[in-house]
Amino acid sequence: MTDILTPVLTAHWDQPDIFTIDGYRRAGGWQALPKALGMSRDEVIAVVRDAGLRGRGGAGFGTGMKWSFLPKGDNKPHFLVVNADESEPGACKDVPLMMANPHLLIEGAAVASYAIGAGHAFIYVRGEVLHVIRRLRNAVQEARAAGYLGQNILGSGFDVEVIIHAGAGAYICGEETALLDSLEGKRGLPRNKPPFPAVAGVYALPTNVNNVESIASVPSIVLNGADWFSGLGTERSKGFGIFNLSGHVSTPATYEAPLGITLRELLELSGGIRGGRRLKFWTAGGSSAGILTDQHLDVPLDFESVAAAGSQLGTRSVQIFDDTTCVVGAVLRWTEFYQHESCGKCTPCREGTFWLVRILERLEHGDGTEEDLEKLLDICDNITGRAFCALGDSATPPITSAVRYFRDEFIQHHKEGACPFDPAASTVWSAS
Amino acid sequence: MPFSDEVLARLDADADQIIGQYPGSRSALLPLLHLVQSEEGYVSVDGIEFCAAKLGLTEADVTGVVSFYTMYKRGPVGEYHVGVCTNTVCGVLGGNQILAELHQHLGVGDDETTPDGRVSLEHLECNAACVYAPVMMVNWEFFDNMTPASARQLADDLRAGNPVTPTRGPERLVTFREAARVLAGFNDGLATEGPAAGPADLVGLELAKEHGWTAPEPGPAGNHGAGNHGAGNHGASDHAKEPR
Repeated sequence: MTDILTPVLTAHWDQPDIFTIDGYRRAGGWQALPKALGMSRDEVIAVVRDAGLRGRGGAGFGTGMKWSFLPKGDNKPHFLVVNADESEPGACKDVPLMMANPHLLIEGAAVASYAIGAGHAFIYVRGEVLHVIRRLRNAVQEARAAGYLGQNILGSGFDVEVIIHAGAGAYICGEETALLDSLEGKRGLPRNKPPFPAVAGVYALPTNVNNVESIASVPSIVLNGADWFSGLGTERSKGFGIFNLSGHVSTPATYEAPLGITLRELLELSGGIRGGRRLKFWTAGGSSAGILTDQHLDVPLDFESVAAAGSQLGTRSVQIFDDTTCVVGAVLRWTEFYQHESCGKCTPCREGTFWLVRILERLEHGDGTEEDLEKLLDICDNITGRAFCALGDSATPPITSAVRYFRDEFIQHHKEGACPFDPAASTVWSAS
Repeated sequence: MPFSDEVLARLDADADQIIGQYPGSRSALLPLLHLVQSEEGYVSVDGIEFCAAKLGLTEADVTGVVSFYTMYKRGPVGEYHVGVCTNTVCGVLGGNQILAELHQHLGVGDDETTPDGRVSLEHLECNAACVYAPVMMVNWEFFDNMTPASARQLADDLRAGNPVTPTRGPERLVTFREAARVLAGFNDGLATEGPAAGPADLVGLELAKEHGWTAPEPGPAGNHGAGNHGAGNHGASDHAKEPR
């Protein structure tokens, strides 16, 4: 029987110097790279593929599979890009990981670079997390001085340079092709796919883009084996992952557990909803995944089960809202976010999110009508699947799910001519 | 005002160092914009001209990049740039109230600076710290679990020049320009200050230690089954789970 929490990535965050190379080594770090360098590239790819590691940035694509797509023997430079642009509303797993244990990510990046034959690994980290950037850069310097990065690493003949690249504030740069444009010094606009990054990524050369948590999971897989990893989790969602519980919980917290843990279990660990209040709605995978309700407490938080429940596992960003929260106001805020972050490249997303905000504002203030609600859903329908990239598709699930579960509340705003909720009751200090 | 020869020489050397890291020179544009922002406190026309000249780009091209990213400011901001997250979790938990009260307390609107030039204020979207909501950032350092009172105190301290320590960050707060220089790629020696993790990020780990919950031990050759569990109290009490 598997334990309910399985700290691996988070296992040493309580060690005060874990972010230094000495601290990381004391915790068993920098052992996966030497082991990997003693294996063939294909063997490293195979162990990650056989482990069943799926992309931890939300999409859930097989990491080892993705690595295997890079051409072999093409005599072109290859690149690894770590997507450290964590910006999904509710997501706060990669940023604390990089602050606490940057060497884990750097070691994973070195192993992944070896596997795909990359001579450069970029870590594209959002700019708004200054101390994380310091820690990453310090870790790269320490690792380079110790011979884990640079030329002829540990006498293996393998070379890789890791570059910490700070973004400048744009959610869209979490979309992998927009990230690549941004990394090339351009506006962060998404690209057409195909060609996929494995064929034409940064500088139009073969590139692998992986999430921070995916890459940070690699050293433990290399050290402990594919079966060790795949023995955790559910049938098709293997391994462990970081879950963030935020919002109206007694103890907002970060947990690392096998995929498939349920919200009911997470809430038990967290002491339940604050002040004995009732769970109203929550997200399983950040705002882009849409909302779920108290009827979904026992849905296993794995890729398949959450999708079957009409949402997405996404970034395991569990945001909890109790019955003091106005769902219309919550969804309006998210929608304002998508409007703000829409890059403007395609019409459905640029114009659609603008109108979604206007209509939601009217509905929240009680000035809307039932026809507005239909118009809202109609616009969602015109964005979903018609936007250029995933940002547009991400803007609509919060709205469509909220209307699905709380249509009456939208109508109530209209009937009362005002929002029936008191925002002061939702604040942290209202409970005390 | 165009850069003096002395400043230009310094920027030139810094810029060459940044450009040298990248296989493609244009990749240096975002760091270079952080660099010119660190010089002037914002990205001026002179800053844009400098970046364009270094990279062989048109000024229009560079301006288009500047306008795309929210961290580049087109006019002076405060020495301490304060952001209040008002995305849904932070906003609902009190960020909206904090922002409204700070507007009133400081007498500035969104994206405005106090007359003494010390503090500017803006609303933020999610800054990846939701377990510490409501969250504020000052010069991109974390200030966790804020309240209207602690936010007002922070603003007062920043204006008065009192020392301020981020919740998860270095012991002292750097200025907006100093922060921009770190973003451009230059170390300030503060990386090893501050905690590894904040308390909310340790809740799960501490609970696991308390109950003896661990990831399984690997098999003998590191590639066997997951049957051999770590020491501890497996599947304790009411948190027990059936294997899947």
